[in-house]
Amino acid sequence: MADTARDAPPEQTDFHELEDGEELFPEPATTQESQPASLAAEDISTNSNGPKQDSLFDDDPEDLFAEATEEVSLDSPERDVLLSDGPSPAITPITPPTSVITPRIGHTHDDMFTHSSFDEIEEEEGGDSFDIHISVSDPEKVGDGMNAYMAYKVTTKTSMSLFKRSEFAVKRRFSDFLGLHSKLASKYLHIGYIVPPAPEKSIVGMTKVKVGKEDQSSNEFVEKRRSALERYLMRTVKHPILLKDPDVLQFLESSELPRAVSTQALSSAGLLRMVNKAADAVNKMTIKMNESDAWFEEKQQHFENLDVQLRKLHTSVESLVCHRKELSVNTAQFAKSAAMLGNSEDHTALSRALSQLAEVEEKIDQLHQDQANADFYLFSELLGDYVRLLTAVKGVFDHRMKTWQKWQDSQMLLQKKREAEAKLQFTNKPDKLQQAKDEIKEEIEELEGKVQQGERDFEQISKTIRKEVSRFEKERVKDFKTIIIKYLESLVQTQQQLIKYWEAFLPEAKAIS
Amino acid sequence: WQCVYVFWSVISPQLRSVSVDLNHDASLLIDIPDALCERDKVKFTVHTKTTLSSFQKPDFSVPRQHEDFIWLHDTLVETEDYAGLIIPPAPPKPDFDSPREKMHKLGEGEATMTKEEYTKMKQELEAEYLAVFKKTVQVHEIFLQRLSSHPVLSKDRNFQIFLEYDQDLSVRRKNAKEMFGGFFKNMVKSADEVLISGVKEVDDFFEQEKTFLLDYYSKIKDSTAKAEKMTRAHKNIADDYIHISATLNSLAADDMTANKKCTTWLLEGRVASDQDLKLTELLRYYMRDIQAAKDLLYRRARALADYENSNKALDKARLKSKDIPQAEEHQRQCLQKFDKLSESGKKELTSFKGRRVVAFRKNFIEMAELEIKHAKNSVTLLQGCIELLKSN
Repeated sequence: MADTARDAPPEQTDFHELEDGEELFPEPATTQESQPASLAAEDISTNSNGPKQDSLFDDDPEDLFAEATEEVSLDSPERDVLLSDGPSPAITPITPPTSVITPRIGHTHDDMFTHSSFDEIEEEEGGDSFDIHISVSDPEKVGDGMNAYMAYKVTTKTSMSLFKRSEFAVKRRFSDFLGLHSKLASKYLHIGYIVPPAPEKSIVGMTKVKVGKEDQSSNEFVEKRRSALERYLMRTVKHPILLKDPDVLQFLESSELPRAVSTQALSSAGLLRMVNKAADAVNKMTIKMNESDAWFEEKQQHFENLDVQLRKLHTSVESLVCHRKELSVNTAQFAKSAAMLGNSEDHTALSRALSQLAEVEEKIDQLHQDQANADFYLFSELLGDYVRLLTAVKGVFDHRMKTWQKWQDSQMLLQKKREAEAKLQFTNKPDKLQQAKDEIKEEIEELEGKVQQGERDFEQISKTIRKEVSRFEKERVKDFKTIIIKYLESLVQTQQQLIKYWEAFLPEAKAIS
Repeated sequence: WQCVYVFWSVISPQLRSVSVDLNHDASLLIDIPDALCERDKVKFTVHTKTTLSSFQKPDFSVPRQHEDFIWLHDTLVETEDYAGLIIPPAPPKPDFDSPREKMHKLGEGEATMTKEEYTKMKQELEAEYLAVFKKTVQVHEIFLQRLSSHPVLSKDRNFQIFLEYDQDLSVRRKNAKEMFGGFFKNMVKSADEVLISGVKEVDDFFEQEKTFLLDYYSKIKDSTAKAEKMTRAHKNIADDYIHISATLNSLAADDMTANKKCTTWLLEGRVASDQDLKLTELLRYYMRDIQAAKDLLYRRARALADYENSNKALDKARLKSKDIPQAEEHQRQCLQKFDKLSESGKKELTSFKGRRVVAFRKNFIEMAELEIKHAKNSVTLLQGCIELLKSN
């Protein structure tokens, strides 16, 4: 099946693949169209569309693929055969380029790393307290057979002035979420923002749904996905910068979204992704950064440890869920067996007590099932989310290293050119000399600019990461605390129910004579 | 694995008997106050307090091994005079395989766990070991108490030897094995299964009992197995909780969780072992007891078959006019034996039912009370944790 073949690139590396994506990002930045009466426009600074500027510097061949990979979606199995413009049941690719809000006049040298502009955004935050709640609901199957997909209703409730209305809903499909994530990742990851990863794809799960299997496991799958999508959106909007991103706003508000079109693994974009990934792996190994700032080393170590612990915890909790489900099955079986024993028992009162015991155990079985769900949805999924988030965090540190490398490279190049210039002084060909001297002077000027830019970029990404990490840690602690409290409360409820059931059984047991 | 010396009497008396309180006749009181585990062998201290003159001393103890109990059981089963009685089921062999295996696995996996996790797992295993220990002592004790409270069996000579003989019983045991040959016994048993269903029952009471016991046996066997699975799943969850709490504690260095204090996780293990003791052990015990009752029915069925055969033999003798007095005598004996078995059998089975009902009642009540107690403890602990987390 062609679809599955495309699924080769693993999901986790969405953002890695697109890290140089600034160049891959489409040109709408230059279309100068501004949306009429868009409140959002006023709040967003000129940098909202991310780093377009670099494309002016780099003659990056990747630009060639800009159009083709405009809306990269890695969600292969759910899509129609690629690029088919055929009868797509629901969402039509009508796109007003609403993602462009602000003209970019006068910002040709404004780079995305300028600290001040982001400061502005954060100051504006102060005026509009964070009040937004997103829910993902009403999964509904659209279409039939292998082209079918699930559409989810995304409802936003908010009092923030960022939005046109205080309550609104749109229909989205899974690939839309992936598309949103890949856009955000391409804009923000490489400058140090921790972009929450999107939920994972699942070929098996979706195939079941497509095929129309209306059984418990496919219902569970849909619920798991729905819940994951909801958490994903909430995490994304909790980020003060991401919340104001026009792609996010469009995602939440627009009734129609341009289809995030997938690309085949063997397409130019797909190949590019693979090459980039390989290059990254090599680079990571060869970059030996002189870490002047102990904070970063410390934090990286901290995140490594955290990663190990969380993965371990996740495994244990998954085991817990599994065993609790087993317990539920065993309890149900025992209940049936006890009922049969009660029927067989010829002493009336004992027989009744045994039947009562069977009923209690049946109710307890239900309790176990509910608890297993809580185990899973509260605890296990939280851990899974954070394991994936940590990958994004680590990615951000990696980007910093790359930025440093870029800076160093520019510096070395500059050094070389300066040496070349010096050599030119001693050359014998006077007529070519002036031309060469001028050329080199130009190159040196350019490189000096690049070096300065590189240094600024590096400082900026370092600053951003510091802020992001502190925000991340605060969120993490809060998140865990909230969820663990909820989980403990679910345990309390279960135990209280158990008390009720056994207290009801006790007089029955005492009544045996 | 080191020895575990247990002062058993410290443990709550409530947990001690699956069956009813059998020690109400003060003339002969038996208990197992402690036991010692050496390698694979468990040595029980059997303590007797008696006012009966048939014993040499009023208060004495002897060390006994599991095999001694089996010897005693087997001699009782083989005694013709007791054919009409339900012989209390033999206690099963102490089985420490499961905790021992887990301990071994734990040792192998030590490197992958934190020190705290390892310690907790070890504690849980020790508790499991202790639970197996408790169970085996309990079941051996009940066996003896059933005997001591039985009007006929309590007077058995071998029973007295078992209680009193202060030397090693192993010599006697060897002789007994040679005499009775366990293999033959088992063969006879399976033949009986066919017999019992085949024989034509003349007595309504026994007809009903037969139907009831056969059906009940298969049902209780099934329930026992299912209850065991439930308990095992509970234990698995308890183990998971240990790993989870250990990992949370290492994360707690981030000041994020107060779960250090949440020992609620460990309660799950307690629930599992208490449930095991009450429910699973109850079912298991009565499954064996019902087997013993079935054995009684088999013996009676065999006696009936013998009687019918003797009738046929008598008829043949009369026909041939040969050996008539022997045949008549044989027939008379068979009938006598059968009547005796029927009479005592009826009594035994009736009292058995009463015993069973009382035991179920007692254990159900205790089980419900324990569940409530544990759940209440859990709630208190959990709510404490929640408060702690919310206030931080």
